[in-house]
Amino acid sequence: MALLEVKNLEVYYGVIQAIKGISFEVNKGEIVTLIGANGAGKTTTMQSIMGLIHARSGEVIYNGQQINNLPAHKIVHLGMTQVPEGRRVFSELTVYENLMMGAYTKKDKEQIKASLDEIYEIFPRLLERKNQVAGTLSGGEQQMLAMGRAMMSNPDLLMLDEPSMGLSPLLVDQVFEIIKHFHEKGTTILLVEQNANKSLAISDRAYVLENGRIVLTGTGEELLASPEIKKAYLGG
Amino acid sequence: MNFITNLIGGLSLGGIYAMIALGYTMVYGIAKMLNFAHGDIIMVGGYTILVFTAQSVHPLIAIALAIVFCVGLGVVVERVAYKPLRGASPLAVLITAIGVSYLLQSLAQMFFGSGTKMVTGLDLGSFNIGSLKISVSTIVTLLSCIAVMVALNLFVKYTKTGRAMIAVSEDKGAAQLMGINVNLIIMITFAIGSALAALAGTFYLMRSPSIYSTFGSLPGIKAFSAAVIGGIGSIPGAMLGGILLGVVEVFANSVSAIAPYTDAIEFAILIIILLVKPTGFLGKKRREKV
Repeated sequence: MALLEVKNLEVYYGVIQAIKGISFEVNKGEIVTLIGANGAGKTTTMQSIMGLIHARSGEVIYNGQQINNLPAHKIVHLGMTQVPEGRRVFSELTVYENLMMGAYTKKDKEQIKASLDEIYEIFPRLLERKNQVAGTLSGGEQQMLAMGRAMMSNPDLLMLDEPSMGLSPLLVDQVFEIIKHFHEKGTTILLVEQNANKSLAISDRAYVLENGRIVLTGTGEELLASPEIKKAYLGG
Repeated sequence: MNFITNLIGGLSLGGIYAMIALGYTMVYGIAKMLNFAHGDIIMVGGYTILVFTAQSVHPLIAIALAIVFCVGLGVVVERVAYKPLRGASPLAVLITAIGVSYLLQSLAQMFFGSGTKMVTGLDLGSFNIGSLKISVSTIVTLLSCIAVMVALNLFVKYTKTGRAMIAVSEDKGAAQLMGINVNLIIMITFAIGSALAALAGTFYLMRSPSIYSTFGSLPGIKAFSAAVIGGIGSIPGAMLGGILLGVVEVFANSVSAIAPYTDAIEFAILIIILLVKPTGFLGKKRREKV
């Protein structure tokens, strides 16, 4: 069964139509990627799924429940969250406080403690810097913090918006390793990426977004092998 | 000796300004708007105390009722006047706030007339230490302000709601992704600001017990200046700016040659600080996020 289902989504910025009726789904346990160039509508799609931008028409269904009229903070309570583009950690709060913000919806102290320990285990760097203000972290560390913060809510569905953006190749590899790790732990992943090579390699399925429309879909392997994709996104 | 009296008086007045400034600065930090009706909440608090003390209600109960009433008013104003304008241009919100300010002043005139009324029962007398005469209300004000500021700092730093306020002030979108209800946090901020305004109104009435419809305007505008001097959006900044203006005001008033120019001196400080450090003492340069 589809965990997340998007049907005929249309989003406008004023009179400009950014998303021109897209439909796709993410099944439980999958890693699904939306790839596309700058301005294709990837981030807009993510933000309208999360309720940060209101879609003009279409439906978003999560776990059988229609969520497209819910505000973002209520959607988080349903068990999905997002690592936003550009990390957006709270720079005035410490690493620890940022992680605790991620558990804002959680009440069970023991469960929060367990999640915290797990995050520190995956990201030992965050443990080293737990009392450091997040604004002083490097870009890579901030990305780790943003991912750890999102995982503190124990989401069933984790959406990541360009997690590899602006990172060194070594860190990019690390980010994809961690996404795989989250996935193995049972989290369903919806990934938005410009790094088509790396993201298709770990994806079960992928959709190609161009000018607000889905132009191609297939399994990660199929798309990696597709000549069109090679030409447009993989540099020949 | 005079110096010590002035210093205590200045710190106490500064505490009042700081309390009002906290309302401006917290609302600015979290809702990104200048709530120019904030000063008039002080006035409403003052009139509430007037109404109840005139019915010979115990002053402490009257003060508590004023706080409750102002919190309610602040929340209603936010819901009715400001919330529908979320996402509108800052100018529209600013003009609305000024409109709310005039509305509250006009309502006060309708109910209580335009004359000055006296509040009784808030005079706590004074005591002497050696040759030093200190009024009890000054000390009560000073201690209460310190207590309130310590409590507010602890609240913001160590409670879940307090941290959510920092998160919202930094990045509303990311805060929502944590599951924070931004509208609720904004409402709580208005409630806290209004409670502080009502308290500040009480302490202001202890200094001079006359109340009128523009009672909140001058302390309001001075506290706003204090918030800007300290760096708008910064809680310690509001405290610093408030104390600075209070101390300057009391010392300037104590010298008869410059006393008539006290207000001018205070606003001159604002202008000079804005020229030298446009973000205020503790203000941060905000990167505008796209």
